[in-house]
Amino acid sequence: MTTTFRFLTRLNQVELLGRQAKNIPELLEGLRLVPGTSIYYHTHRFLQQHHYLSPEPPNDFAFWVTNALGLDTLGEELASVDTVSFHTIRDLRTRYLEILESYSQGRKARNGDCPEGQEFHFMSCRTFILPTPYEARNLKEFRDILEKISINSIYFHIFEARLRLERGANDFSKWLEGIGETQLAREISRLDPYTITLEGLRRDLIQRVSRYVENS
Amino acid sequence: MSRIRDYAPIAGESTIEELSLLAERLKGKTIQNINSTAVGGGVAEILIRMLPLLRDLGLNAAWGVIKGNEKFFHITKKMHNALHGVDAPIDRDELDYFIDVNRQNAEEIMADADILFIHDPQPIALVEQKDTLGRKWIWRCHIDFTNPKKDVWDFLKNYIERFDCAVFSAPAFSRPLTIRQVLISPSIDPLSDKNKELSDDLVNGVCERFHIDRGRPVITQISRFDYLKDPVGVIRAYKMVKQHIECQLVLAGGGATDDPEGMKVLEQVHHEAENDPDIFVLFLPPGSDVEINALQRASDIVLQKSLREGFGLTVAEALWKGKPVIASAVGGIPLQIAHKYSGILTHSIEGTAYWIKQLLNEPEYAKKLGSNGREHIKYNYLITRHIRDYLLLFLSLYEQKDIVSL
Repeated sequence: MTTTFRFLTRLNQVELLGRQAKNIPELLEGLRLVPGTSIYYHTHRFLQQHHYLSPEPPNDFAFWVTNALGLDTLGEELASVDTVSFHTIRDLRTRYLEILESYSQGRKARNGDCPEGQEFHFMSCRTFILPTPYEARNLKEFRDILEKISINSIYFHIFEARLRLERGANDFSKWLEGIGETQLAREISRLDPYTITLEGLRRDLIQRVSRYVENS
Repeated sequence: MSRIRDYAPIAGESTIEELSLLAERLKGKTIQNINSTAVGGGVAEILIRMLPLLRDLGLNAAWGVIKGNEKFFHITKKMHNALHGVDAPIDRDELDYFIDVNRQNAEEIMADADILFIHDPQPIALVEQKDTLGRKWIWRCHIDFTNPKKDVWDFLKNYIERFDCAVFSAPAFSRPLTIRQVLISPSIDPLSDKNKELSDDLVNGVCERFHIDRGRPVITQISRFDYLKDPVGVIRAYKMVKQHIECQLVLAGGGATDDPEGMKVLEQVHHEAENDPDIFVLFLPPGSDVEINALQRASDIVLQKSLREGFGLTVAEALWKGKPVIASAVGGIPLQIAHKYSGILTHSIEGTAYWIKQLLNEPEYAKKLGSNGREHIKYNYLITRHIRDYLLLFLSLYEQKDIVSL
């Protein structure tokens, strides 16, 4: 493990898949067929577009089911999927399929159409990863860079690296572990970053790292 | 002319850094934009602002405009309306004429451009040249594609699928196509004359010039005089409000060189206004951006009661100025407004009138809508985000994978 942390950033291009759903059966069919990048996109888009909002809207599936179909209970179930506990997009997709299949097979299932113009549009994303000029050799430098680095970089190392690149843990924790900051690494691993805004996450990370900088 | 660095105080230092990192990978590439009008309308406006910034980042960004006569633009206007779902039959002779004009314009294409960036349907048939020229070709659709008439869609689809990539402004415009489709929302430029900060004196001066009374509420719709913007519906909504609340209505906009219907709509507007001294119908000449900016800033409420809309940049402009906006839930407008959170979405003249009254009577709520709207625009619809999307688009033409390490 190198002792230098090189900050990367990532930028997304949003792709349109030309597929839409107007009811639960079509949403289910789409969820089975779209590429994994589409599942990733729809479960993470809100984090990026509304990163200044708190509380944030839930994932796109939950938002649509609640607001376009008026299915509050199902929407809540979809919103409460604990994304941070999944390590692959494959498993995450399976969880959403289980919820929707279970709903569809239930006696109270409502499979009617949404109002015209409120269809769910499946999208996807292509991700470009770039090195930034910032490198940290110790905790203090790490903290200082966290204060000025693009929010996209924090997003990449916390969310994208863990789930999309299937690295198992977030990049920050892996590096901290490598330089012997095991306790701090665990603290960051235990965070549920899906329930705070990105700017809130930045502040939280800076505070935690600062405590260790002061004690070192 | 603005430089990319000028945006750092608004968009953030790290945003500008990321743009430079992306642009480095495209240094020396020539991108030629081609559309059908050099002035008026959202496409020309955004090109005028974006090209110098792309150049500032090190790209060779060029712009060509195809030439056409009245007959050609009459056909493309019908095409435009048909894509909006309006019945506008176009016969075979007209389609042949459309193709001929495109072929006559083939010389507008720069033979050494790396990427040909074609905007909207008017120059779409230029893609015929791809077989001989090669290069990368992008088709950028700026208009509402929600319910296109089948015959026109089939005609255009034949051309669209020859491009390497199609770009749409809203998810609802996406269609099953054999080529890759990318979502890029348009944007506003916070440093342009239309959006920059203005002094109160200047805003007051513009209002005085047009005899608008700043002591009474002002409701404004800024858009060119096109029936798809429903200016007549706006006047009817205003009349409903006026029965209960003393207010003024400003309908202001210009015309584009490819929009021959504008004058006819303007006549209908004057007829509906019935010489009401509190209705200000302002047909503004090109270059009236500061006046438009001032009128938006002088408004208590801004409307965008379009029947169809591409994206509706005027909504983003008004939200950026912190104004409460009431707009139709069409085209790209729902992307900019979360109903009751960052603005109001309506579906009818009556609904528009109802919400105007609500917001005029509850100015604190109206103010909150405006400030939330400004935040949303800041993060998602400023020109720096648009430039980032274009740089990614150009890079993506040379990449196949979902995750690309640059």
